[in-house]
Amino acid sequence: MAVIAAGRRKRGAAKRLADLAAYMLLGLGGVIMAVPFLWMLATSLKPDGELYSYPPEWIGSRLAWENYRIIFEEAHLIRGFFNTMIVVVPTLIIGLFVCAMSAYAFAKLRFPGRDKLFMLLIGTMVVPGAVMMIPAFIMFKTFGWTDSWKPLIIPGMFGAPMVIFFLRQFIKTLPDELEDAAKIDGMSPPGIFLRIIVPLSKPALITQGILSFNAGYNDYLGPLIYLNSPERYTLQLELASFSSYYGTEWTLVMAGAVVALIPTLVLFAFAQRFFIEGIALTGIKA
Amino acid sequence: MEAQTSAAVKTRPAKRKRRLLYRSEMRWGYLFIAPPFIGVFVFLLYPLLNSLYMSLTNFNFGQPAEFIGLDNYKRALADDPLVWKTLWNTFYAALGVPLGMIAALFAALLLDRKLRGRHFFRMLFFLPTICSVVALAMVWRWIFNADFGLLNYYLGVIGIDAPAWLIDQTWAMPAMIIQGVWGGLGVSIILYLAALGNVPTSLYEAATVDGANGWQKFIHITVPGISPVTFFILITSLIGALQDFPRFQLLTGGGPNYSTTTIVYYLYTVAFQYSEMGYASALAWILGIIIMLIIVINFVFSKRWVHYN
Repeated sequence: MAVIAAGRRKRGAAKRLADLAAYMLLGLGGVIMAVPFLWMLATSLKPDGELYSYPPEWIGSRLAWENYRIIFEEAHLIRGFFNTMIVVVPTLIIGLFVCAMSAYAFAKLRFPGRDKLFMLLIGTMVVPGAVMMIPAFIMFKTFGWTDSWKPLIIPGMFGAPMVIFFLRQFIKTLPDELEDAAKIDGMSPPGIFLRIIVPLSKPALITQGILSFNAGYNDYLGPLIYLNSPERYTLQLELASFSSYYGTEWTLVMAGAVVALIPTLVLFAFAQRFFIEGIALTGIKA
Repeated sequence: MEAQTSAAVKTRPAKRKRRLLYRSEMRWGYLFIAPPFIGVFVFLLYPLLNSLYMSLTNFNFGQPAEFIGLDNYKRALADDPLVWKTLWNTFYAALGVPLGMIAALFAALLLDRKLRGRHFFRMLFFLPTICSVVALAMVWRWIFNADFGLLNYYLGVIGIDAPAWLIDQTWAMPAMIIQGVWGGLGVSIILYLAALGNVPTSLYEAATVDGANGWQKFIHITVPGISPVTFFILITSLIGALQDFPRFQLLTGGGPNYSTTTIVYYLYTVAFQYSEMGYASALAWILGIIIMLIIVINFVFSKRWVHYN
């Protein structure tokens, strides 16, 4: 008995030691992850003259909130934000609806060639996005769509194979009973989709909606390629052009970065679960 | 199957009604899946095939395209040293993929210990992956600043004479790799955490009975157990790394002296700064073929080390 107890105590001590080491390593990693964000915030609140103090000061002589006022005056952040919303929101709503509809068809409706067509659609995901950059630009230019929001809005409205894939996966797990009951009551597929599938798929729709919204909000490459007129710039493009113009005025540039991150951080604070589940889901499918 | 057997039991009118229902279901089915297929044809297949033709011409906007055969491809592979240089840069930058995977697995193993506060750490590691590349590039440019940057100050404190990072031809790419690993860890950690949770505990228990130590368990149980996810992360990160470009444009502008111009960045420059759309189309096709080849090679080799149960 005594031997076992001593062994257990020893193992307990070893575990505590290992836990301590794990905490220290995680702490170090956590600091490395957090420092850029904290440094961004700290720099954004420094008074103009204290930027290049050496050694670097985390907190200046006072908190220079005026940096935020200045960047709202110098950069069209609010205009950029609304432009981003114009680009992101309609695409998101219509795109998600279209994706859910076809995901429902692929998951539940019976028609010849269904699974082959699904594989075909999923197969198009192998075409790398960067390869599409030039071909898509050439096409939209011949449409006369460049320097407008159309190339950023319209393609997304036709749905994305990736989103269809995940929604189909979810809808497949919904029980058939409700649907069968609705069918007996004479409900047609659109009715079943709107009244049964959509309400039951809410968690999956919210997850995909949040991920798409965040991706659209952060998109830089699309606006960079298609938009030329500053009054159409999205927030990210506005910010990038501001930062290349104000290059080394780091207090202002960092204030801009903080402002741009706030919507994402707020979204993440409220919907962390959805972000993480959305990612974990991709892994399980692997 | 189920439909057929139950239909067989039913009487005739019921059977007919079923067939009608099936017809309507079929029509709605095709209608519902039509939009994504229209999207694929209009926004993917058409421009892709069109660009295949464009790659055989000297097309630029505002002038008629002349058919020049394989000249663009010849130029890319034989006469344009920047293609090879930027390809090399791209593979160099992709070194961040294995480094990031090792770091992510290590962090996931620590987080898997179910310590208190692990959700907080998980959130911290995940944070950069949802943040705008523009905002992150801005702060990293400031951190990497040669004279007043935070990184070089702290490296100086511990006695390291640090390079000028982004403005040094040799160190710009390592800096980009560091930034990339920092920014990309979160997704791999979450995938690894899910995978670690799925390795059956009975295997570990059996190994403990057999007297295996922690390292042996890791090598013989954990590593094979999570290999499908390792493969998934490898493929998706590699595809991402080979197409990486916005953060390079924002942090280094591709310099100094093209040392951080990736192939997609070069493609972008050829198309939008030199306006050589025909040549850019050829480069896009070459890139696409390279990516496909790498995926195929990985799938072939995966049979040797990926264990699906």
